[in-house]
Amino acid sequence: MNSPSAVLTRRMAIYEQFHQISRWGDAFDRDDSPNTGSSAIVQVDVGNKAGYISCDQVEHSRSDQETNKPTDKIQRRLAQNREAARKCRIRKKAYVQELESSRLKLAQLEQELERARQQGIYISSASDSGYFGLSGAVNPGISAFEMEYGHWVEVQDKQVCELRNALQAHITDIELQILVETGLNHYCNLFRMKADAAKVDVFYLSSGLWRTSAERFFHWIGGFRPSELLHVVISHIEPLTDQQQLEVCHLRQSSQQAEDALSQGIEKLQHNLAQNVASDFSWGNYGAQMAVATDVLEAFEGFVNQADHLREQTLLQMVRVLTTHQAARALLALGEYLHRLRALSSLWASHPR
Amino acid sequence: MHCQTTGSWGSYMPTTRTAATVVVGDPLERIERLASENAVVIFSMSSCCMCHAVKRLFCGMGVNPSVIELDQDPRGRDMEKALIRLLGASPAVPVVFVGGKLVGAMDRVMASHINGTLVPLLKQAGALWL
Repeated sequence: MNSPSAVLTRRMAIYEQFHQISRWGDAFDRDDSPNTGSSAIVQVDVGNKAGYISCDQVEHSRSDQETNKPTDKIQRRLAQNREAARKCRIRKKAYVQELESSRLKLAQLEQELERARQQGIYISSASDSGYFGLSGAVNPGISAFEMEYGHWVEVQDKQVCELRNALQAHITDIELQILVETGLNHYCNLFRMKADAAKVDVFYLSSGLWRTSAERFFHWIGGFRPSELLHVVISHIEPLTDQQQLEVCHLRQSSQQAEDALSQGIEKLQHNLAQNVASDFSWGNYGAQMAVATDVLEAFEGFVNQADHLREQTLLQMVRVLTTHQAARALLALGEYLHRLRALSSLWASHPR
Repeated sequence: MHCQTTGSWGSYMPTTRTAATVVVGDPLERIERLASENAVVIFSMSSCCMCHAVKRLFCGMGVNPSVIELDQDPRGRDMEKALIRLLGASPAVPVVFVGGKLVGAMDRVMASHINGTLVPLLKQAGALWL
C-alpha cells in the first residue's frame, strides 16, 4: 500500500531506525558499561514491513545506559525527536481531516446547486442581468421567465444567422417565407412569455431588469417602442413602392399615436395612485390600501399587455406590407440591431472604471 | 390639439315616476341606441385609465368621440354587465362603437388602428375628414 500516510509513517520510522543504528554504533564505541554486551546485541527488525521500531526496544536499550553522561544528550535528542514526530503526526492528521471535511462540503454545495437549478432558481453568470442579485426573494415564476428568455435570445441569434446566410445564398421565396414565419412566431412566443411573467410580477417585467442595459436605455412599458424599431428597420428594406411607402408611413404614424395614448393612460394611473396615497382619509386602513394596490396592479398589467399587443400588431402589419424578401431583410435588420445592443451592454459591463 | 369629449350626450333622460314604478328597459338595447346616436361612441368609466388612453387615442387622431361614463349613469351597472356579456370578457370598459357598430375593447381598437382598418371606418362614419 503506497498511500501518502503509509509513506510518511515509513519515512518517519526509517529516520528513527537510522537514529537507532547510529546509537548502536555509539554504544559499541564506548564499551564501558557492564551491560554493554547484552544491550548491544538487541536486534533491529529490518524485515518489519512498517519499518517501525517500537518504543519498547528503545526504552530497553536506553535504561541500561542511564548513568552515562554522553547518553543524556542522546536521550534528549531522542525525546525531542519523538516529540517532533508526534507533533508531525498530529498535524498530518489534522490536515487530512480538513481535506475530508472540505471534500464533503464541496459535495454538499454541488448537490444544493443541482437542486436549486432543478427548482428553477436561475443562477446568473452574466454580470449584466440578474433578478437574483437585485432582490432577496426569488420568485420561481420570474426565474423561469429569465431562463426562458435567455434561451429565447440564443434561438433568436441562431435565426438571425440563418436569415443572413439564406439572403446571401439567394434561396427561393418559399423557403424565405418559412424563415420569416419562424421569425415572427419566435417574437410572438416572446410576447406570450411576457404576458405570463406580467401575471406573476408586472413591476418586474415592466422595469426591464431582464433586459440588457443598452436595451433598457430605450425602455418603454416593458420593451421597445414599436415606432422606433420600425424606424431602425426601414432603411434596410428599401427600395419601396409608392404604395408601400404610404402604408409604412401610416403604420409609423398609427403606432406612434397608439404609444402616446398608452403613455397618457399610464400617466393618469400614476396620478390617480399618487393622489390616493397622498390623501389621508382611507390611509391606515389595510383593506382600503389593499383595494388600491389591487386596482393599480390590475390596471398596470392591462397597460403592459396592451404595449406588447401593440408591438406584436406593428410587427405583423409591417411584414404584411412588405414582400417576402423585404420582410426577411427587415427581420434580419431587427435581429442584428438587438444583437448589437446586447453586445454593447456586455462591453459596458466589462469596461474598467 | 384640444379635444372636447362631450359627456352624457344622450345618455339619460329623466322620467317622472311614482315610488312604485321601476325603471325598465333592456340594457343592451339602450347600449345599441346610445351607440347609434353618434359617429364614435365610447363606453367608459371616469376612474378607468385605459378608457382615458382610448379617449386620448381618438382625440390624437382628430376625432371627437361621444363618451358615456357608466359610473355616472344610474343604469350604468346593468349596462356594464351587458357589455361584459357582449364582449365575452372583463373589463367592460372601454368599449368603442363606430357608426353604430361595435369595434370592440382596447386591443381590438389598437389592432384595427395598426392594420389600417380603423381610419376608413371613421371616415365612412363621418368622424374623420382628411
